[in-house]
Amino acid sequence: MGRYVIRRLLQMVPVVIGTTFLIFTLVWSLPGDPFAAKCGDRPCPPAYIERMTNEYNLDDPLFIQYAKYMANILTGDFGQTFSGVDIADELISRYPTTAQLALIAIGVEVLIGITAGVLAALRRGGFVDNLVLVSTLIVVSIPVFVIGLLAQITFGVQLGWFPVTSDGTFYSLLLPGFVLGSLSLAFVARLMRTNLVENLRADYVRTATAKGMPRKRVIGVHALRNSLIPVITFIGADFGALLGGAIVTEGIFNVPGVGNMIFRGINQHEGATVTAAVTVLVLVFLLVNLLVDLLYAVLDPRIRYD
Amino acid sequence: MRVSARKTALVGAAALALALSACGGDDDGGDDGAASGDGGGSVTVRGCNPENPLVPVNTNETCGGDVLDQLFSKLVRYDPETAEPSNEIAESIESEDNVTWTITLNDGWTFHDGTPITAQSFVDAWNYGAYGPNGNLNSYFFEPIVGYTEVAGQVDDAGAYIEGSATAETMSGLQVVDDLTFTATLVSPQSSFPLRLGYTAYAPMPEAFFADPEAFGEAPIGSGPFQFESWEPNVEIRLSAYEDYPGERQPSIDEVTFRIYENFDAAYNDLQADQLDIMQELPTSALAGDTYQNDLGDRWNDRAVGVYQSMTFAPEAVDPSLANPTLRQAISMAIDRDTIVEQIFSGTREPATGWVSPVVAGYEAGACGEYCEFNPDRAQELLDEAGGYTGTLTLSYNADADHQGWVDAVCNSISQTLGIECVGQGVVDFATFRSQINAREMTGIFRTGWQMDYPSAENFLVPLYSTGASSNDGDYSNPEFDAAVQEAATLQDEEAQAKYNEAEAMLAADMPAVPLWHNRVVAGWSTNVENVQITPFGTIDMLGVTTTS
Repeated sequence: MGRYVIRRLLQMVPVVIGTTFLIFTLVWSLPGDPFAAKCGDRPCPPAYIERMTNEYNLDDPLFIQYAKYMANILTGDFGQTFSGVDIADELISRYPTTAQLALIAIGVEVLIGITAGVLAALRRGGFVDNLVLVSTLIVVSIPVFVIGLLAQITFGVQLGWFPVTSDGTFYSLLLPGFVLGSLSLAFVARLMRTNLVENLRADYVRTATAKGMPRKRVIGVHALRNSLIPVITFIGADFGALLGGAIVTEGIFNVPGVGNMIFRGINQHEGATVTAAVTVLVLVFLLVNLLVDLLYAVLDPRIRYD
Repeated sequence: MRVSARKTALVGAAALALALSACGGDDDGGDDGAASGDGGGSVTVRGCNPENPLVPVNTNETCGGDVLDQLFSKLVRYDPETAEPSNEIAESIESEDNVTWTITLNDGWTFHDGTPITAQSFVDAWNYGAYGPNGNLNSYFFEPIVGYTEVAGQVDDAGAYIEGSATAETMSGLQVVDDLTFTATLVSPQSSFPLRLGYTAYAPMPEAFFADPEAFGEAPIGSGPFQFESWEPNVEIRLSAYEDYPGERQPSIDEVTFRIYENFDAAYNDLQADQLDIMQELPTSALAGDTYQNDLGDRWNDRAVGVYQSMTFAPEAVDPSLANPTLRQAISMAIDRDTIVEQIFSGTREPATGWVSPVVAGYEAGACGEYCEFNPDRAQELLDEAGGYTGTLTLSYNADADHQGWVDAVCNSISQTLGIECVGQGVVDFATFRSQINAREMTGIFRTGWQMDYPSAENFLVPLYSTGASSNDGDYSNPEFDAAVQEAATLQDEEAQAKYNEAEAMLAADMPAVPLWHNRVVAGWSTNVENVQITPFGTIDMLGVTTTS
């Protein structure tokens, strides 16, 4: 187990280097000069361009730029945005918000999604099952910005139950978290239902029932645990994606999170900002994946790591 | 499948995202009107994240500019109604010959840290702004002052600053006489010099700034009616009323908070729920079909502001097929401006009849003459006279902002009237768009916009159409026009205005750019505030705002 974890951690090093270099290259090779738009419809003063070019090593070949940048990151210096704010500070101030939002969304997914999935599977073909199938179909087919705007207008502006936009506090993140979780909630419910239905037909369930085990235990301990494996995989991957900042939802509810930061960085050609945010993101993603793999062993005793 | 669902959402978001493109320089608010009752209380205003540290001479976009406007008083303040300049920190700004200006300050003004505002505060700030190695965005505002070239240094052919080419740190044209007096000597006579001194770039700076510019950029110490409290990046910037502000009009509110929104629609929804007090500009979605009038009742206001939109022809060297002035006039006459303004902009634009904005003093309508009126028959005649046009006309724009609608409409207008094939060409984003124009790679016609820095006809003509000017994207060169604007710069008031109008009318013969329309801004506010007034710069006059509670 321990050796397995160490091996996985070592494998992360080349992955992180590769992804960050790719992102860095892609952002800096976007067409257009980052300073062309800084001064509106007039060219920037040459002295300004000179100063910024020196500050961000824009004169060096891309590979050297990347090496300098990564060397700085290793010493904890993430550089600055074009507006002179330390990127590290901005990440520190934004990540907790995004993490909270992601956790609320995951909470909604787990609570409502799994419950709905289990209920639908137990009463296959019944009213609840059909209700879950139809409602999840509707949610999956509506783009997230429509759901977001509708929720905002209805619960924020008209009913006034929630703040219209978020200032980063927990309460103001509930509505965007719910919107963010709604799409994945539909997937979780359907995934849960399908897997549980399949497992309820499995031999070991019939055996357990034949042995006279109470139905609650058959479903709760045997069938449910096995059915959760694909659901956990999905939720793990989804959590990583959510930590990348849900750009659309954050935009609608004005959540000061990482999604907005990445979007702005791409727009303003700030390679440093995008790379820094993505580097952290890649690390989180890899760790969450590792955690999910380790959870399999907990859920299914037949899975062993050594 | 899941991934694609996310992707479509992303594309939708990108379409929704409002890419703000500042149009050359930012703006400057003013106040001078009638303040009313003592409201007190605090007000929230829609802000956006400043692109640069909060240093006046290095801020050229509205996000930072709106905040700096409240923080800094300059020598001159503009009237919130008429944009007329009047002395604020300056007691007098006088000159015999329009070359050497003597500037005397009022006594008793202090920065927010309590240090007095002296002649030195201005001279040091201007020298800092002009000094090449400091690399400030607004350095060119000091060009008219003697000694600017030595301080700013040289550039090589590629336009990059040459290391060590700045031979002086101070401009010889600026001399401190005593604590409250200094003189500024200009390279050539400029009667409009006092008029520009209300622009952000000319703000005085306290000694604390020169000691540590970086710290200052995060917590500026200003000279204006409001002082800096705190700045939480991407969340809010808080200002409070400065008690020792000696200006004629005192703010009636105690606190202004700029809440930072990444997108306009979110802010508008907050405004409707009374969770945001003032929006100086409503989102397109609210303007469409005048929905804002239902949403806000009578809590909105609109006015013409000094923003002008045009389309410029690529320089002759880049695209000779459009060089014929008669052909350009034909294209201009083929555009049905009135219909486009009504249908696409819901009336938030005014069809242009010239190159200068209606908000400046001495504005005269109709400088463009018949060429800016929609007249299909006459346009066709002119086209025949010019020998027709073969090929496809391209009208380029930056696709990251809301331009596609009017570009297509203009193109349709031209196609239907003249039978020329015209296509709108979206360039991926503003940065790419501008770099193609600056590198003189773009052919055909492209959109250009201009936002006034200070309320003068000169600001709409000289930077855009005089030979070799910084924003002369079409490389237009007309010696007569140059002579006329140079002469106008030496004249006073009405005489100067008449001369500028004369120069403006000369543009009609060559059509370096086709005037399209001037912007109107619609502002909205919540039930918590009253007396919200928009200035000709498109900003809110915060000195006039009162709270209802």
